[in-house]
Amino acid sequence: MALQQFLEFEKPIVELEKKIEELKQIAAEERVDNSVEIERLSRNMIRLKAEIFSNITPWQITQIARHPLRPYTLDYAPRLFKDFIELHGDRNFRDDPAIVGGFAMLDGETVMVIGHQKGRTTKEKVFRNFGMPNPEGYRKAIRLMSMAERLNKPIITFIDTPGAFPGIGAEERGQAEAIAKNLMVMSRLKVPIIIVVIGEGGSGGALAIGVGDKVLMLEYATYSVISPEGCAAILWKDGSKGEQAAKALKITAADLHRFGIIDEIVKEPLGGAHQDVEAMAKALQEALVRSLQDLKKISTDDLVHNRYSKYRKIGKFYEAVV
Amino acid sequence: MVLKREKEYSVRSEDKRVRVPRGLWVKCEFCGEIIYKKEIEKNLEVCPKCNYHFRINSQKRLAMVFDEGSFVEFDAGIEPIDILDFKDTKKYKDRLKTAHKTLPQKDAFIYGEGRINGQRVMAGVFEFEFMGGSMGSVVGEKITRLIERAINKKCGVIIFSSSGGARMQEGIFSLMQMAKTCAALAMFRKAGLPYISVLLDPTMGGVTASFAMLGDIIIAEPKALIGFAGPRVIEQTIKQKLPEGFQRSEYLLEHGVIDMIVERKNMRDVLGKLLAMLTPANNALEVRG
Repeated sequence: MALQQFLEFEKPIVELEKKIEELKQIAAEERVDNSVEIERLSRNMIRLKAEIFSNITPWQITQIARHPLRPYTLDYAPRLFKDFIELHGDRNFRDDPAIVGGFAMLDGETVMVIGHQKGRTTKEKVFRNFGMPNPEGYRKAIRLMSMAERLNKPIITFIDTPGAFPGIGAEERGQAEAIAKNLMVMSRLKVPIIIVVIGEGGSGGALAIGVGDKVLMLEYATYSVISPEGCAAILWKDGSKGEQAAKALKITAADLHRFGIIDEIVKEPLGGAHQDVEAMAKALQEALVRSLQDLKKISTDDLVHNRYSKYRKIGKFYEAVV
Repeated sequence: MVLKREKEYSVRSEDKRVRVPRGLWVKCEFCGEIIYKKEIEKNLEVCPKCNYHFRINSQKRLAMVFDEGSFVEFDAGIEPIDILDFKDTKKYKDRLKTAHKTLPQKDAFIYGEGRINGQRVMAGVFEFEFMGGSMGSVVGEKITRLIERAINKKCGVIIFSSSGGARMQEGIFSLMQMAKTCAALAMFRKAGLPYISVLLDPTMGGVTASFAMLGDIIIAEPKALIGFAGPRVIEQTIKQKLPEGFQRSEYLLEHGVIDMIVERKNMRDVLGKLLAMLTPANNALEVRG
């Protein structure tokens, strides 16, 4: 971890890790037995990590959700599925690399996999447009989902985007219509749909592939109507007040589970998914297989009916009894 | 962009400061023209110089479009609650209180059944003055009920949108109203009835990216700002100047995003004709009866 990028609040952990590394080096170079000390510090570190991560704030969670090493859709695909075959293009304008999709095998069954995709290196980031889709991304997604419906294959989507791309071309090509259409079409697809929020659930750009029968969310993912910074810029008139906005907006998995917006939280390895991608993928795979088995027991009519009810019920208001 | 009414302010015009007396004159936010208020009122609140359609409140909109006395409101008693206990520089509760003090509506959307040139229709109008017409739980619920009622009563739907988008103060609940209203429209689409979406200045964000863009027919008033991302956000993101007329009705028509632009003075006629042409025949009979 010493060479990895760390977040501000992880500093005490990193410092302790550095110390342990030093001791190990001394042990190796000078042939001193300091294993008792190393073990003590290692125990301390686990305790410190657990402590820091049990008191983590929404803003810190936002940082983890955006961590440069956080696993993305294409990191999960080979770990969760066998034979992921990527398909491209909306058949109208172009292929949008910010959304990927294709068929894959999960637990011996063919599924349609769709997800936002961010880039790791600068070049990749630009290529993936920082995970911000254009209209053709949503149109590719709905093309693939409609195909999955025709071929009777369940759909699994991975949400991880700062939001839809605010660009001239995106508006000219009907960004809003593309998102709206996905919401409408997804609400009636006759196959099971499982949604997983793996990183940033950024507003309409996230929801556009986020209507489904079961919504899972990784422990340190976020899901929000607007980015904390965007909200701060409008309501606080100060984009640097993201920390306050993150708290006010209630964007964590725990909050959304409490509100009944998501159905299940998938625990992350201590320190976040990027600390142990294999373990994260294993936990997620277990949740996906189980969820899919549950959904497959439901008849198509009930499935679509239940999905409608699920979204129909969302909303809190007061109504006077007349 | 908001037209500042009932407020005294001064404008700089050819280096001479012009005092604008309170209430008597208004400045067109689009072309900058100072206009006598009475003249604008006579002109359906449209700028006589540049044809910009000023924002009007929901009551005036209803009066302009529906046959006199035909509009019956439903579910007026639904009120917003502060589910997140949201506070920015001001508490959401206080923002609601302020809005409730100055406006008759409980939230930013009213709907009901009415007639346009004799044609029965289920229709809703946004109240932009209520927190920028933002969509939270109440707005989403009312739109969904409007659509469900239209299915049950077998009549067409018209929604007049003017909104800044989803209401941030209700967080994820606001976002989910997009899915909820679109799911309702998916049901409506199977009923064989028309949905006309009318976009007014401004229609943005989560409202555009849900039911507003799903009209069978999408109409806009002239020069209305319509889009998903706000122009300032786009400019800051791409660090480029936006093209002339970007995100205005005329621009969207050119790019194939909307069906037509209809001036306020013609709105009732166009809507009446469309309803007459598109509503199933048995429905028209019911109207006459």
